[in-house]
Amino acid sequence: MTQLFLYLLNLLLALLLAPLLFGIINRTKAIIAGRHGKPLLQSYYDLAKLCQKSEVISPTTGLFFQLAPALQLIVALAALTLLPLGANASPIAFAGDFLLAAYLLGLGRFSLILAALDTGSSFEGMGASREATFSALAEPIFFLAITVITGLHLDLGATQDQAFSLSLLFGGQSAGAWLSGNFELLLLPVVFFLLLLVENCRIPVDDPTTHLELTMIHEVMILDHSGPNLALILYAQSLKLWFFASLVAGLLVPDLGALSSILWIAVIFLVACAIGLVEASMARLRLKRVTTFLGGACAMAALVLIFSQMR
Amino acid sequence: MTMPLFLAALAIYAASGLCVLVPALLNYRKQSAHLANLLGLLGTLAGSLTGLCALILAPAGTESFQAPFGLPFGSFALSLDGLSRIFLFPVFGLGLLCAVQGYTSLRHERPSQHNLGAHWLFYLLLLLGLCLVLTARDIVLFLVSWEIMSLAPFFLIDFNDGDSRVRDASWVYLVAAHLGAVALLAFFVLFWQLTGHTAWQAGTALSLSETSRNLLFLLALVGFGAKAGLAPMHIWLPEAHPAAPSHVSALLSGAMINAGLYGIIRTVSLLADHARPPEWWGWLILAAGLGTALMGMLKALAQSNVKRLLAYSSVENMGIMTMGLGCALIGQSLGHGWMALAGLCACLLHMLNHACFKGLLFMAAGEVLHATGTVNMAQLGGLAKKMPVLAVCFATGAAAIACLPPFNGFAGELTLALSLLDGSSLATTERQMLLLLHFAGLCAISGLALALYAKAFGMVFLGQARSGFAENVQTQSWHSLWPLILLALGCLLLGLLASPVFSQIATSVTGLFPLENLTGFARAKASIGRSLMLTGLIAGLVILAVGAVMLLRKKMLHKRGIRFMPTWACGYQGGNSRIQYTDASFTEPLARLLGPLMGLKVSQSQDKGLFPRSAQLLVKAPERLRRAVYGPLFAGIESVCNALKIFQHGKIHLYILYILVTVIGLLIWGLMSN
Repeated sequence: MTQLFLYLLNLLLALLLAPLLFGIINRTKAIIAGRHGKPLLQSYYDLAKLCQKSEVISPTTGLFFQLAPALQLIVALAALTLLPLGANASPIAFAGDFLLAAYLLGLGRFSLILAALDTGSSFEGMGASREATFSALAEPIFFLAITVITGLHLDLGATQDQAFSLSLLFGGQSAGAWLSGNFELLLLPVVFFLLLLVENCRIPVDDPTTHLELTMIHEVMILDHSGPNLALILYAQSLKLWFFASLVAGLLVPDLGALSSILWIAVIFLVACAIGLVEASMARLRLKRVTTFLGGACAMAALVLIFSQMR
Repeated sequence: MTMPLFLAALAIYAASGLCVLVPALLNYRKQSAHLANLLGLLGTLAGSLTGLCALILAPAGTESFQAPFGLPFGSFALSLDGLSRIFLFPVFGLGLLCAVQGYTSLRHERPSQHNLGAHWLFYLLLLLGLCLVLTARDIVLFLVSWEIMSLAPFFLIDFNDGDSRVRDASWVYLVAAHLGAVALLAFFVLFWQLTGHTAWQAGTALSLSETSRNLLFLLALVGFGAKAGLAPMHIWLPEAHPAAPSHVSALLSGAMINAGLYGIIRTVSLLADHARPPEWWGWLILAAGLGTALMGMLKALAQSNVKRLLAYSSVENMGIMTMGLGCALIGQSLGHGWMALAGLCACLLHMLNHACFKGLLFMAAGEVLHATGTVNMAQLGGLAKKMPVLAVCFATGAAAIACLPPFNGFAGELTLALSLLDGSSLATTERQMLLLLHFAGLCAISGLALALYAKAFGMVFLGQARSGFAENVQTQSWHSLWPLILLALGCLLLGLLASPVFSQIATSVTGLFPLENLTGFARAKASIGRSLMLTGLIAGLVILAVGAVMLLRKKMLHKRGIRFMPTWACGYQGGNSRIQYTDASFTEPLARLLGPLMGLKVSQSQDKGLFPRSAQLLVKAPERLRRAVYGPLFAGIESVCNALKIFQHGKIHLYILYILVTVIGLLIWGLMSN
């Protein structure tokens, strides 16, 4: 019962704190650049403001354009509830739930791509095409990294139905494994961090603050959304960022009871700081080089897989 | 007691085939065409409904039937078992819906150009042949029905025979079907020779040696693989499917190519015969599956014709099913129950799901073709506004085939992934790595699938019309779309209720392979069933929640209202629909990376000079195998045959000389051997 209570508490915290991540990223960037920067709570103000506005919609668009933001939010939420938040197993954990989480996020992406194509704008088509490409390339890397951990837990004696569930993979036992000597596993948080940059459209893959539509990926896809729909998309984006940051936290934080919940959130905030650091110190890569970047992440995941299987 | 019902279905097919023969032989007149159309539809409906009743009344269990055959060898032995029943579902279900779809689209054909009676005759023969193939338990009967099933599509594909490309496509189909049949003939003759009888049942292969089993396995893989479209024997699919009428493509892709898969599963189960199959069989099938799936996906990405794209995607999905079978064999030979059960169920689950969404997509493509006159994505766009019901159906199919929850494609993908992931528990590092790499390959395919179907749907239905084809749409009332709506609902329901379907399949197949004795079997069955149940539950909740959020948004906007303004074009004015992204530009970033693998041919021409006036960029994806391998091969065979023509010149006195020479030669041989 306490486990369920802790889990729900963590979920509530995630839902409340997710928009704060953007604030932390921006504040980190501002501090490094020597600026004062936006308020930490700017995302909350933005969301509140957008919810009070009306919408401007292109007459070219139809059902798919209006459906995408709601779908986007719900799939991000569903994916989040499959995670063992704060190292507490999810009440709906099952064998293969990582696949459901990834494919739900895929469904969100699919709907957003369709919404972008629905506007008939060539810029949004361009963004949709790039999003489809990079996420297609990122998908095998994500699962390659997951196989490392499933393999590890099968070797450690977990049964298949346990080992194929996010609640075991990211529930603190994996951290126990690298603490007890499987140091190659420490590369995995790095892989997930790189994937986070790709999936959440951060520098060096995409630049969320650019103002030239030709160079954008995610931002250009949502150019035509406004009002409550834009608020839904922004909030969904912050939940997605929380999801990916949680993957890093799930590998780094060992299972220490209630303490690990606090550690999880601390690691997630640290990840946000790290994103800020990367964004402050790097420029966006040329689109051609993004595949090299993804190739690097893939090589790293493959390396860990080989090391951990050889053991 | 469902065998009589099944036999009744076969009898109805045969009888209505005879009925439509009458208008087929009459002159091409309006009345006879209408009569044929109606008779064909009614016959298919009656037969398929009877068949479906037989399947639903008893989804498992084995029943046999034996009748005199009339030939000196073989017997008319039929049997319905779990595997046959699973494969019969798409035959009856799609047969029914495609017939309805075909009826509405054929009504508009000019009776002077097409013999509708003949069309329905071959349609019924195809269904009859498929039913017999899936239930035959005698190799002679099997071969005869295989031949019926292979020949009938030739006439169905060749419907628009005024078009030389259609004639070419049906010709390619015929050649491919018969090259596969050659391997099958060799397989069955060898089987007969080695076992000494023609029964095609469990227990017949007990006496075979290891080598002959392996040889038989390879022959069957080639013969049945050609029907299933395994690479490199897939080249008939992308030719035949775009050429055939859409309801025929849907049936061929959703039900007929499954017969190849059925053949492979049945053969492997008979040859292994309750022992453990050699491990390399599984690896070979697994690798063939991954290769086929990757190839199909990459080629599909390069296509701009929707039906061609769907044909390549059938190749890809066949590859995925084959991967499941490969896993099942590996798991079985190494004694891993989880892997074996998940693999086999993934194969069959994906087969059922594929029949559902591929049938839907092909029919939807047919509707697009009917309404606009083209299925070339570069000329379409904006159809969602004019045909919203069709758009929702196509979107459902696209999401389902991209394996996205809450639709049915996800269930098969999940089961297959669980099977492949169990690779980590195998004995050696090499095996573990190989299976995990196959898993990564599967994930790469599903990632690309999302891009592919976003493209297919987005280019056809979203944005603005790219040409006059899409602008001047002949809209039909949505009442004619109900086969599509049923299939779309099927995609959703099979996704939400995947767990009972899985349990049913798992119970049906256990008689085929001795899976129950393997370690982990019971746990796998319970645990995967639970996974699918929770998946369905969460997917259902997601749908409800999305509805709730949409309602909330509507309420928020209720007072403020929505304003309509043109799409933001970044400050540029006066853009037109032709500057939209096209299918080729959508896949350009992927093509830059994977172009050589996709077999893209880009030709660019531009005026030289400082002020170029016209420019042209052509992106094509021809089938390289056909050009580089099969074309030269058949040209070579033709030239050899032509060279042999010096012996065949029509001069009778020389023919008599051949006979004389032969007789003398035989005489000398006889004398020498004495």
